[in-house]
Amino acid sequence: MSPLDWAVAPFADYGFMRRALAGTSAAALGAAPLGVFLVLRRMSLMGDAMSHAILPGVAAGFLLSGLSLGAMLLGGLATGLAVALLAGLVARLTPLREDASFAAFYLISLGLGVLLVSVRGSNMDLLHVLFGTVLGLDDAALLLITGAASATLLAMAALYRLLAAECLDPGFLRASGGGGTLAHMAFLVLVVVNLVAGFQVLGTLMVVGMMMLPAAAARFWVSGVATQIVLAAALGVAAGVAGLLVSYHGNLPASPAIILAAGVVYLASVACGPQGGLLHGLARHGRGQ
Amino acid sequence: MTDLSESAAEIDLRGAAFGWRGRAAVRAVSGSFARGSMTAVAGPNGAGKSTLIKGIMGLLRPLSGSVHIAGAGRRRLAWLPQAAELDRTFPITVLDMVALGAWRRVGPWRRFGAVETARVWQALEAVGLAAEAGRLVGALSGGQMQRALFARLLLQDAQVLLLDEPLAAVDSHTADTLMQLLCAWHREGRTVVAVLHDLALVRRYFGQTLLLAGRQVAWGPTAEVLTPANLAAARGAREEWA
Repeated sequence: MSPLDWAVAPFADYGFMRRALAGTSAAALGAAPLGVFLVLRRMSLMGDAMSHAILPGVAAGFLLSGLSLGAMLLGGLATGLAVALLAGLVARLTPLREDASFAAFYLISLGLGVLLVSVRGSNMDLLHVLFGTVLGLDDAALLLITGAASATLLAMAALYRLLAAECLDPGFLRASGGGGTLAHMAFLVLVVVNLVAGFQVLGTLMVVGMMMLPAAAARFWVSGVATQIVLAAALGVAAGVAGLLVSYHGNLPASPAIILAAGVVYLASVACGPQGGLLHGLARHGRGQ
Repeated sequence: MTDLSESAAEIDLRGAAFGWRGRAAVRAVSGSFARGSMTAVAGPNGAGKSTLIKGIMGLLRPLSGSVHIAGAGRRRLAWLPQAAELDRTFPITVLDMVALGAWRRVGPWRRFGAVETARVWQALEAVGLAAEAGRLVGALSGGQMQRALFARLLLQDAQVLLLDEPLAAVDSHTADTLMQLLCAWHREGRTVVAVLHDLALVRRYFGQTLLLAGRQVAWGPTAEVLTPANLAAARGAREEWA
């Protein structure tokens, strides 16, 4: 088997592989740019927390109306925003810091979500929710993830200057007429939308990997925000392709293979990236002596 | 009184008190910053100087008394905080950071046209940073960063400038450049209010001084405010201040 066959044949021969490719690519295009801003805002763990927080809403939507994407999206948005608001409220009213109260609420939310899925659905349902069904994407699921990715990219283009300004200097923005709160809330909504839309592809636990790993990797190669966004999306798509191929040829589960591929990209970037990568630092250190 | 615009109050305070959690850090401030005046806010550490500036900017509501801003209100104000919340690890060029000064005119969506771009370059020239325009803000020294923040203030083109310790922690060459910019703003008829520690600098450049020590000690022409008696009264509240 030639390398070209190895890389192309699975997608040429099987419709479900082409659908998986489209789904993971869309997930990467929407989620990775958001990840870049999460990294810049030092909120890298927020995506992780949010993915747990949305679970009960997604599960409730899933159990009430089956694979109705609208119901899951609404449920996920409702619980995700409820956790964010409750955490903010507790942080404001008590001495507990926001990160701690956020952790408390997302853990409660996670417990509730797993309970809901286990009581009302089967173990198979739970596995689907947690780890996704990337090799079994139907039209509705593809439409949701591509729609969410398109909407995310358009919204980020519209909000880009506001997001960057809020991230760079929130005090200045506040003194210059504001808009920072709007940017922050819109950004949270986009994160939740992408987590919910991506959950059928990669699962609620794994979809965060597509958000954070390419973004954290991109930061080691280029310095500008715009270039980091483009590179993160490209690395995410590449990790999706690589993960699907490894999963197909090695007969491995697809979702963890994709995230591990993104993990390899990240580790390679940490080692070799010119923007603060380890080898680069060592080389400079060596020259300096 | 020949020139009405000269005597008009830009910012008017009446028995104003500001603080946190109901505790006043500064109280009993009454008076006004006249349009086109150049006022130093002086006083020992903990005198409430920064608190007063934040109160004028509207970031703190008066615990008692009132603040009145003339004309279009706080849109006319620009503020340089003591420790800007600016994230210096954010990958943005000096040029783009300074361009943020046009926010009131350009906002989140309007096009950043040739006129604004030319103003950014003028501002960079004025603070001597044109050569650094393409560098990331994280690569600037402390003095260069303060110059960049002044360039952003220039671009804001505000009628009233409130600066909190603008010359702290910069080298003397930078301090000279920035002081000249403050004087230029004053000559252009803008209202300048600056928190300063260096009384020699205050005596040399500032016509008006507001002396604070948890309350208003004195407010008026600098020579009448920075008297041994007033300074002793301010020191009385905070022993370490010279």
